[in-house]
Amino acid sequence: MEVFFQQLINGISLGSIYALIALGYTMVYGIVQLINFAHGDIYMVGAYLGFFATAILGWSFIPALLLAMIVCAILGVVIEKLAYKPLRNSPRIAALITAIGVSLFLEYGMMLLVKPDVRTFPQVLSEVQYKLFGNLVITNRQIIILVITVVLMLLLQYIVHKTRMGKAMRAVSYDKQAAQLMGINVNNTISFTFAIGSSLAAAAGVLVGIYYNAINPLMGIMPGLKAFVAAVLGGIGIIPGAMAGGFLLGIVEAMVSGYGKSLYRDPAAFIILIIILIVLPAGLFGKNVREKV
Amino acid sequence: MKKHFRLAALLVALVMLAGLVSGCGGGGEEKKAADANEIVIGGNLELSGPVATFGTAMKNGAEMYFEEVNAAGGVLGKKIKFNVMDNKSDATEAANVATRLITQDKVVAVMGAATSGNTMGFMQVATDNKVPIITPSGTALEVTVDPNTKKVRDYVFRTCFIDPFQGIVMANFATNDLKAKTAVLYVDNQSPYAKGLAQFFKDSFIKQGGKIVGEEAFMPEDQDFKATLTKIKGLNPDVIYVPAYYEPVGKIVKQGREIGITVPFLGGDGWDSPKLPEIAGGAALNNTYFSNHYSSQKDDPEIKGFVEKYQAKFGQVPDTFAALGYDTAVLLVDAIKRSEDASPEKIKEALANAKDVQAITGKLSFDENHNPIKGAVILEMKDGKQVYKTYVQP
Repeated sequence: MEVFFQQLINGISLGSIYALIALGYTMVYGIVQLINFAHGDIYMVGAYLGFFATAILGWSFIPALLLAMIVCAILGVVIEKLAYKPLRNSPRIAALITAIGVSLFLEYGMMLLVKPDVRTFPQVLSEVQYKLFGNLVITNRQIIILVITVVLMLLLQYIVHKTRMGKAMRAVSYDKQAAQLMGINVNNTISFTFAIGSSLAAAAGVLVGIYYNAINPLMGIMPGLKAFVAAVLGGIGIIPGAMAGGFLLGIVEAMVSGYGKSLYRDPAAFIILIIILIVLPAGLFGKNVREKV
Repeated sequence: MKKHFRLAALLVALVMLAGLVSGCGGGGEEKKAADANEIVIGGNLELSGPVATFGTAMKNGAEMYFEEVNAAGGVLGKKIKFNVMDNKSDATEAANVATRLITQDKVVAVMGAATSGNTMGFMQVATDNKVPIITPSGTALEVTVDPNTKKVRDYVFRTCFIDPFQGIVMANFATNDLKAKTAVLYVDNQSPYAKGLAQFFKDSFIKQGGKIVGEEAFMPEDQDFKATLTKIKGLNPDVIYVPAYYEPVGKIVKQGREIGITVPFLGGDGWDSPKLPEIAGGAALNNTYFSNHYSSQKDDPEIKGFVEKYQAKFGQVPDTFAALGYDTAVLLVDAIKRSEDASPEKIKEALANAKDVQAITGKLSFDENHNPIKGAVILEMKDGKQVYKTYVQP
């Protein structure tokens, strides 16, 4: 039982990273029906910004997190304006190919900029271990990851449901043309969505840097794909679905490596994707809820 | 739903394409083939990528020796030119680099690569062109001996000891010094080096009455190891053997200590990097041990002189890979001297007949399988520093 709870803790910390990235996927899909494959690389850029702020500027954790989130929000908007907006009325496959192009551009551009070597974060948060019920170990970093994830998710829920911009987002995702006729600035709304999604991914990147302490320019590929799986698992376009999908995927991975064989972990994630696509194409949360963002 | 699958296929194709494209790049400026007063030696080393510190240290060590030789008048009346290219810690890229070095730059021998996998990536190119290669630290058995035919590969040599020896040394150390009865193997699933070490550790450990209570594997690009480590913790082993390269090792040791694993982690020479304590943190690395080719702290006049020279030039203590790079350069220069005409064919023969060449990691002679006969050291990590523990003769 103890091992089970330990794996649960491991899975939740991993899952909160997936969930943060999956939120960006799902929101962008909800609003422009684009699977933004560059999203995992925005997460990588966020990690590097966190590294830049802590290791080079010597900032502490929270300012570094905010810097990464703000810069990545701007980056997300710039990418949207330059790469996706001109293609908004083209076939969807064109936008998708562009997304992959942007992804490769970010990966190899970053490699050019910072070298392909691994970077290590300075110790911005000293490690504290807490023992629960005897042998169960939880570290302060795991708690911080979870707390920040939950805070950001609550903030997102507030923005989407309680603010004018959130209302606009929901309206645009529901019907772009009707929203425009009602006087909503669709372009601004889409930019705003990219900004929020990208800043969440950046937060995930900084958290990963702090948690695992090693970053490299290709680190976004696998978590990006996993977050995509998480978004599809929860029902792409549905915010609570992405959160649940992220946590669920993290926990499943932890359990598979804990009770099965460690190498079955990645295949398990993609088998889940295939099963979901076959059995529940709309995802776990995608039954009657038509409200998307 | 078809769209998603098409998407995935497209993505895979593009990623592979990107790999190819990035593989073809590198090295913009054209280099002229050797002129008459130069002997060009190629370097096919990991200057970037996951094992970048290995290749960089080797390049430094080798360059230092070649400069000494050139300052003393060169070999056979000619200067040595060391032409190093980056293989980006990638076997495919290593093959590209080797092709270029051999066919375009007309090198007489190639030094590299640092890892067994990358060396095996280009040894066919070298063999086909009849140019000898010598890997400073490719320890896998099959690097110099074809596992299918059991025949030695004529054009491949190495400066380091081999995996069986390293695995056995660590198994002996675990049984005799640490009094371990049970062990878990946690192995890099993509590295022939790691798998080789694990196999020989396992065989030897069992032979001495130990028990392997678990075998787990990971992918080198993994970030999260906690789930598997939690499982390993539950198996309650006396030691955990992690033969892998420093990047995942750093994360594994760090995360292992975080979930409360206190038993020793053991490893091989792939651990030797200044990045390891950076990633894992000095305190987490306490109570870990690994086998290595040399220790800068060993009381030996050759080593002391080398450490001083290296420190004066590069401002840091030379790690094993710097020493092996230096030694590889020593072996190559010695072979060129005895080859008389510096042709690849003669150098190959001279290398095979190397006898008692004085180098940093020992007096080197090759056995019939092109492996040098030498011992190993075991190092302990204490607060992020390597501490010399013991020396083991073969």
